[in-house]
Amino acid sequence: MMADGRLLGRVALYGVAWLTLAFILMPLVFVTWLAFFAQEIPSFPPEGYSLKWFGAIAGNRNFVTGFTTSLQVAVAATLIGLLIAVPASLILARRQFAGSAVLNQFLLLPLVVPGVVMGTSIYVFQIETEIATGLPILGSLGGLVAGHTLLVIPWTVRLVTASLTGLDRAAEEAAQSLGANQWTTFFRVTLPAIRPGVVAGALFGFVTSFGNLEMSLFLVGPGRVTLPIAILQYLEWKIDPTVAAVSVLQILLIAVAMIITDRYVKLARVV
Amino acid sequence: MASLTLDALTKRYGDNVVVKSVSLDVRDGEFLVLLGPSGCGKTTTLRMIAGFVPPSGGSMRIGDKDITTLPPWKRNAGLVFQSYALFPHMTVNENVGFGLDMRKVDRAEITGRVAEALRLVRLEGYGERYPRQLSGGQQQRVALARALVIRPDVLLLDEPLSNLDAKLRLEVRLEIRALQQQLGLTTVMVTHDQEEALTMADRLVVMSDGAVRQVGTQSDLYERPADLFVADFVGRSTMISGAVTAPGAFRSDGGLSLSCQPSAAAGPATIALRPERLTLGAAAQGLANHATGKVTFVSYLGALLDVHVRLNDTDHVVVQIPNRSDGHVPAVGDTIEVGWPASACLVFPREAA
Ligand SMILES: Nc1ncnc2c1ncn2[C@@H]1O[C@H](COP(=O)(O)OP(=O)(O)O)[C@@H](O)[C@H]1O
Ligand SMILES: [Mg+2]
Repeated sequence: MMADGRLLGRVALYGVAWLTLAFILMPLVFVTWLAFFAQEIPSFPPEGYSLKWFGAIAGNRNFVTGFTTSLQVAVAATLIGLLIAVPASLILARRQFAGSAVLNQFLLLPLVVPGVVMGTSIYVFQIETEIATGLPILGSLGGLVAGHTLLVIPWTVRLVTASLTGLDRAAEEAAQSLGANQWTTFFRVTLPAIRPGVVAGALFGFVTSFGNLEMSLFLVGPGRVTLPIAILQYLEWKIDPTVAAVSVLQILLIAVAMIITDRYVKLARVV
Repeated sequence: MASLTLDALTKRYGDNVVVKSVSLDVRDGEFLVLLGPSGCGKTTTLRMIAGFVPPSGGSMRIGDKDITTLPPWKRNAGLVFQSYALFPHMTVNENVGFGLDMRKVDRAEITGRVAEALRLVRLEGYGERYPRQLSGGQQQRVALARALVIRPDVLLLDEPLSNLDAKLRLEVRLEIRALQQQLGLTTVMVTHDQEEALTMADRLVVMSDGAVRQVGTQSDLYERPADLFVADFVGRSTMISGAVTAPGAFRSDGGLSLSCQPSAAAGPATIALRPERLTLGAAAQGLANHATGKVTFVSYLGALLDVHVRLNDTDHVVVQIPNRSDGHVPAVGDTIEVGWPASACLVFPREAA
């Protein structure tokens, strides 16, 4: 009786786990399948298979420039995000000061505020700043990067802070007693120790920025598109498998980024 | 190598004075141990010497050089932590070579000196391993090698053995002591373990509540404790409270008349007795102090026995006797004679409380 019950429980557990996984993967599988359909209007069953939609991407200027812009913005936002997040995490993890807990929550806020709300408020903020200073901010690449930096910061702060709490302060003191000043100590001891958190934070920040649509919609200037915007614009006119092909490339890019990252830090251990 | 001098070193956190005007002289090549209960300010003192805690007052010198305001990386102090604090992402060789690298020593010399340091701590052949591939004792020896290889002016050890298991602790204890003597290192070690302190030190500093209670050798502390705290903390004592009534005469609260050293001043006082200075049975009769009591407890320590004897309603003593199979072992409830010479009474005037 007992053994039967346990067996049943295990079967149920695995069943639910596999169903959930299938549920999550289903859209990816369908999108990938669709990208290889030969006919223009997606319908089942496929009339044949073709690679032509992948070729169509290269011929579409919007996709190409959108991809380049998204890549530039994501890379820049990730780097700036790290420059802010690493020092911020060092202070947050080590100094208790009035409001440090509040500040910690504050830095994670972009994770929970809806993208449209963030987009609107940054849009208004940039307009006001532009009026006040006369600088061309709204619609510029810099303005877009600034917005995306906010998307990156929660990830980098969270993951770097987590890896800092596992670091023995005594190791840093040992380095100093051995003759390393603060800078050398940071680069030779602290940074290598928190590298997994830094790399993982950068990866998740990059992916979040690269796939962001809502905020970018508010911040791009006329004539400038990011990849998600290019996809949206394309879908307003056509629904042929080109969009599916773009998505497949995007999935591949992210998968490759994760696999490379995983070689340096075991993501399962950090996240 | 050099001497280390602390002059009225003080540390305050808010209103809390955790190190109170500590002055010490550590001689060239001496092994000094700071001993005291947990929270008495030992670590804070050591961290001030290392440069991680800025003193609120006082000064420090290594040799003739004032180091009071120098940052840690300019002090040339070798530091060994309770947690080992090895660099997890570096091999043993890289860990040990780190300090030499910082001193811009050239590659070939680093290789040689690292190998030499690892040989000293008996870890030849472990250079390519990572800290996580070593046992606790081995990690501790790497930490020691890393601190030694820079030829520090002073070696600072903060409870270096407390993370090791008991057997290993004895081994590493002797090893550290032997190395320290071989290299003539000026060393300050912090511990709350009196046995560790007594076996390793040239001289000891007993601290409590941030203040130095007594500085001296093992026998200074044991035979001539400066106050009741030291008598209680170093070794064991049983206390009898009462008052010195005349030179050499003491009357306990329980009514015993005892003779003690004539030097003690009259007034309320406490006598501390080392358990091994007391005698049981017929032999007690001939001693300056003797009394009859009842055995309340016998604790078996292997080679020794602790016999707890109640002398009256308030006074009670512990007597340590050798455990001989041929001798008579007192049993709980026995009525027994206890005696001790006047010289066994360590008399401490009681502070007006
Ligand atoms: N950074 C600090 N802020 C406030 N109090 C401290 C700080 N560091 C130590 N203390 C206090 O100083 C006292 C002595 O601590 P410590 O030197 O670590 O003692 P020990 O090493 O003898 O156990 C303790 O009461 C501790 O709470
Ligand atoms: Mg301590």
